[in-house]
Amino acid sequence: MISLAGRDIMHAWGKFVFTGMGLGLLIGITLSMAGIYRGMVDDGKALLDNSGADLWVVQKDTLGPYAEPSSIFDDAWRGILGMPGVARAANVTYLTMQVRQGERDVRTLVTGVTPGGPGTPGWPPYLVAGRQITRGHYEAVADIATGFALGDRLQIRRNHYIVVGLTRRMVSSGGDPMVFIPLKDAQEAQFLKDNDAIRQQRRRTAANPAFNRPQVPDLLNAVIASQSTNAYVNAVLVQIEAGHDANEVAESIRRWKRLTVYTRSQMEEILIGKLIATSARQIFMFLVILSIVSAAIVAFIIYTLTLGKIREIAVLKLIGTKNRTIVSLIMQQSIALGLIGFVVGKITATLVMAPIFPKYVLLEPLDSLIGFGAVVVICILASIIAIRAALRVDPAEAIGG
Amino acid sequence: MADKGIRIEGLKKRYGKGDTAVDALKGVDMQVASGEVVGLIGPSGSGKSTLLKCLGAVIEPTAGRMILGDEVIYDGGWKVKDLRALRRDKIGFIFQAPYLIPFLDVTDNVALLPMLAGVPNREARKQALELFKALDVENRAKAMPSQLSGGEQQRVAIARGLVNRPPVILADEPTAPLDSERALAVIRILNEMARQFETAIIVVTHDEKIIPTFKRIYHIRDGVTYEEAGQGRDF
Ligand SMILES: Nc1ncnc2c1ncn2[C@@H]1O[C@H](COP(=O)(O)OP(=O)(O)O)[C@@H](O)[C@H]1O
Ligand SMILES: [Mg+2]
Repeated sequence: MISLAGRDIMHAWGKFVFTGMGLGLLIGITLSMAGIYRGMVDDGKALLDNSGADLWVVQKDTLGPYAEPSSIFDDAWRGILGMPGVARAANVTYLTMQVRQGERDVRTLVTGVTPGGPGTPGWPPYLVAGRQITRGHYEAVADIATGFALGDRLQIRRNHYIVVGLTRRMVSSGGDPMVFIPLKDAQEAQFLKDNDAIRQQRRRTAANPAFNRPQVPDLLNAVIASQSTNAYVNAVLVQIEAGHDANEVAESIRRWKRLTVYTRSQMEEILIGKLIATSARQIFMFLVILSIVSAAIVAFIIYTLTLGKIREIAVLKLIGTKNRTIVSLIMQQSIALGLIGFVVGKITATLVMAPIFPKYVLLEPLDSLIGFGAVVVICILASIIAIRAALRVDPAEAIGG
Repeated sequence: MADKGIRIEGLKKRYGKGDTAVDALKGVDMQVASGEVVGLIGPSGSGKSTLLKCLGAVIEPTAGRMILGDEVIYDGGWKVKDLRALRRDKIGFIFQAPYLIPFLDVTDNVALLPMLAGVPNREARKQALELFKALDVENRAKAMPSQLSGGEQQRVAIARGLVNRPPVILADEPTAPLDSERALAVIRILNEMARQFETAIIVVTHDEKIIPTFKRIYHIRDGVTYEEAGQGRDF
């Protein structure tokens, strides 16, 4: 027996290839959508991995520092370091902002890291060029995705920084590349006011009789000095000593320091389950809609192709072709269309779409496999209407009136 | 010869029920021997197509008997379980238009039938090619149907009707689209094939060009047949 479906496809290959290409672009978008979701999850994991932390200590009852604002005193780390099982503890600040470089500005996650050495929690674990921050002020390490180069002068608020090192795949959970600067600078940047605001605040403080007391001449200056320093950080990153259990250490910090502590798995749950949950739902909706559109296209094309073959089908039935053969003729064509679409989609997603999307697109082989299965199922379902039409064809029609 | 060919006795077909029922066949008697080609002639609406459809086992008669070869296929009800296999193995169809499958080449259009019956591809194609020699289309064996002339297409369609060596061939206006030379050629082929393969052939027609060629003719009017000797003229 010969493959009727195969022969029909070869005969009308133009229709199949062009429809398959259109379908392929849709499938490509679908795969890229799934890839964007995977990329977001991966960005979140990269952020957690690269922080080098086992525990995140944040303001009580917040989901900080990534999913909610959090601020704790910048001396809390000392007490945490003294807890049993804690190997290292370091302050960190995170601030998403535009960083200027010459004419352009780039959206980045500015991260303030404590002085120390490589391996200090919060520090970029490795560099692709240059060196780590060695001075206490005005040096920066930038992710390569910012487009900054070694020696570039960056402007963050009113201060300028020199790029001394470059990293790779250091991104926020939203995919913004990170720029590391010394903690003190970062604390200042978070609360730095412009000159007018500073002057205005001084005036307001001076006008307040509670602070401006002639009998206590130094009080006003002390208050103003405290107002213009920032004694807060967003979180303390903790590394645990080998042999200690993260949950136990976390519990003792919670109990004794009255702060909220998250372990790695809890943090992942927050990032993936909460921070990107809305985006994930949105992407899921896109996937559903794209699947429906693809199914409609396949169904329409296969139905049209089948209607064009009604007379041939009547003849085939008259000369003794089994219904099963006719059903498989249509279903095979539908699946063939899906296969062409999938191949085109996979290629465009990998070679065209993923590289040009601004967000990280992570194409997982498993997703492709699931996508492939979905395409086959959709094509089989989409062929049902055409199959019903074909089965209704009466072999008597071939004989005519 | 009497136990081969086609025998129809008192065949009736009623379409629909009640007030709107149409009695398309009212008791048709017909006999065609193996190797014989008979004409079936009648005005439009007389029941020709209905008769072919009953014989071709695509619609069910209401009453009567139909015998193909030595097998009673209908006697007040179908006597054959697998009508599809009956059509495939016992009946060859030739239509007014060739109705070739456009996506199969000429050889596979014909070889498809033995393939459907389980014959291996090579063997099926060999059978097709043998017929093409007899029908003088062997040089077009690799062509697609759309590349053939009308006459060539009709000859391929005839080959398709013959390839499974059915004891019966039903031809519905097979010469309608052809000029008189081609039409006579088709009749000549059908007669040769009938003789060569011992096939009983019924040709439905109102083609004036070919009516004089039949030795025997059945006229059908209002669902009843009348037999008549034809001119049996040479072609
Ligand atoms: N499917 C059908 N349902 C109802 N009446 C039909 C049907 N097919 C044919 N008829 C009627 O049966 C009669 C014979 O039709 P048909 O066999 O097609 O005649 P012919 O082929 O000789 O023109 C006509 O009156 C026609 O209207
Ligand atoms: Mg008719």
